Amino acid sequence: MSAEVLYTFEVILNGLMAGVMYALVALGFVLIFKASGIFNYAQGVMALFAALTLVGLQNGQVPFAHLLNAIFGTDMHYFGWKLPTIGGVPVLAIVLAVFVMIFFAWAVERLVLKHLVNQEPIILFMATIGLAYFMEGFGDLMWGSDIKKLDVGLPQGGNLWLEEATAGWGGDAFYGFYIDNLDIWATLFAAILVITLVLFSQYTKTGRALRAVADDHQAALSVGISLRSIWVIVWSIAGFVALVAGIMWGAKLGVQFSLSLIALKALPVLMLGGFTSIPGAIVGGLIIGVGEKLFEFSIGPLIGGATENWFAYVLALLFLVFRPQGLFGEKIIERV
Amino acid sequence: MMDGGSFVTPDGRTIGDVLMEVRNITLRFGGVVAIKDISFDIREGEIRAIIGPNGAGKSSMLNVINGFYHPQDGEIWFRGAKRGPMKPHAIAHQGIARTFQNIALFKGMSTLDNIMTGRFTKMRVPWWQQAIWTGPAEREEVENREIVEKIIDFLEIQAIRKTPVGRLPYGLQKRVELGRALAAEPKLLLLDEPMAGMNVEEKEDMSRFILDVNDEFGTTIALIEHDMGVVMDISDRVVVLDYGQKIGDGTPDEVRGNQDVIDAYLGVAHD
Ligand SMILES: Nc1ncnc2c1ncn2[C@@H]1O[C@H](COP(=O)(O)OP(=O)(O)OP(=O)(O)O)[C@@H](O)[C@H]1O
Ligand SMILES: [Mg+2]
Repeated sequence: MSAEVLYTFEVILNGLMAGVMYALVALGFVLIFKASGIFNYAQGVMALFAALTLVGLQNGQVPFAHLLNAIFGTDMHYFGWKLPTIGGVPVLAIVLAVFVMIFFAWAVERLVLKHLVNQEPIILFMATIGLAYFMEGFGDLMWGSDIKKLDVGLPQGGNLWLEEATAGWGGDAFYGFYIDNLDIWATLFAAILVITLVLFSQYTKTGRALRAVADDHQAALSVGISLRSIWVIVWSIAGFVALVAGIMWGAKLGVQFSLSLIALKALPVLMLGGFTSIPGAIVGGLIIGVGEKLFEFSIGPLIGGATENWFAYVLALLFLVFRPQGLFGEKIIERV
Repeated sequence: MMDGGSFVTPDGRTIGDVLMEVRNITLRFGGVVAIKDISFDIREGEIRAIIGPNGAGKSSMLNVINGFYHPQDGEIWFRGAKRGPMKPHAIAHQGIARTFQNIALFKGMSTLDNIMTGRFTKMRVPWWQQAIWTGPAEREEVENREIVEKIIDFLEIQAIRKTPVGRLPYGLQKRVELGRALAAEPKLLLLDEPMAGMNVEEKEDMSRFILDVNDEFGTTIALIEHDMGVVMDISDRVVVLDYGQKIGDGTPDEVRGNQDVIDAYLGVAHD
């Protein structure tokens, strides 16, 4: 095989892995949108907040240190301990962060959603914008705004085994596939999470209840499903998805404000896959991931590169023009 | 004859104690009085029909009973206790299940999944256990699945078990909706026009299912129906509403002979 073909193949592989990560973020949006019709602008900030919380807990950071120091005239920043890890993986901190996200979901329902039942979608959307900025500030206040390193014990750097195993495939011009270990792990976790979510929603009582609420509120109530507890569960799951996304992207890019911008990567995925379709989010993520990597690889050099910033949106817009209902959405037929 | 204890209907059916009683219910929507000072009871084991012309307040009454609407006035007694203001999902947990006039199924879900949601109140394992699929979660899923399969057999809808209900014809959707309500093993089953829009054959099937449910499981049923033939055939007692008021209450024969009821149905002008 020629080196050219093999490198293209490598690009596609990398694209698929990036795509799984996009799908993961998009999934958070889809879950909440399906169950409550809310486009959750705060999904990206939730990922940032989750990652901040994880790092803070792991490193024994004092929460609200700036505030406390200002009030009490102290100078505390760290408790001086780190939480134990298992094989380098901060298991305890991750579990605690999960609980924090569940608590957050509960608080959102209690303090915000409960008061906005039956409001227009645009009002709910506005509320999530408010929520996003609140959380951003709250995250800063609680954990500080400096860039933090997140080490979740996953191997980083190119996978040597794969590189060596494939080095002979394409003659002298081909040095073997270069795939980042972290990407491999992230893909694996994202895939497991996605599969688990699909199984959960298909084969458990709560999963069915989530779908029921997404489908018809009145009917859901009539069989005994409490909308409010479903919302807490949905936001908890979205919080958990945000945590996983935050861990994966945070380990790659460091935990900092720009982490919340991964939400922007999910938008084209949603335009492509539709806002209500879980398979749509997955396939849409993969298409965008592969599409933007291939475009950057083949056309990018001709037009000065940096196409990854906008290509996804152009692709999604093209899709919108020809299939406004998304990949898997039902065809919208207006009754006249 | 109807106070306390059980009694025997003219058809020789034994009817039990009062299960549900509404007392002096008044429900207003802005200026519209949908229900005006209505009282009646539903007794254990009976099939109780609610009839009346369009807009009489029948659906509103069911919505009051299952908690979708909150009356401005009146009391609701269920199983001997007065019920405070309650959310519909909590009322479902008390053992009241229902179907809707305009079918409210989960359209994207299969027949099987729709009826499984009907088991919601019977499944107790917490959600995090379901998420990690513990032994109890699996057992509960399997047991409930078996019960749902029995309901599917009972309603003779095996052929459409896996079909998304949105694709089913109207008559079958009504049947699936009945199945979902039955799955809750309710103490009181509310049916809002279970035969509306059906052809004669479908109506006969549905009547048979309703009678069988009542017979085999002893389920108390309150149903709204426009087809007088059906009402007279299957119900033990009938309450008649017109313009939000109760104008008749009794056995089918008593109601049929009631002058107010005849007037309402013949469209005699109200004064
Ligand atoms: N949610 C609501 N908001 C405002 N008015 C309502 C509402 N629900 C019912 N009504 C009004 O209450 C009255 C009774 O309506 P209801 O649906 O109970 O009648 P019905 O006896 O079920 O009639 P039908 O046989 O047509 O189903 C009608 O005037 C209706 O417009
Ligand atoms: Mg009605």
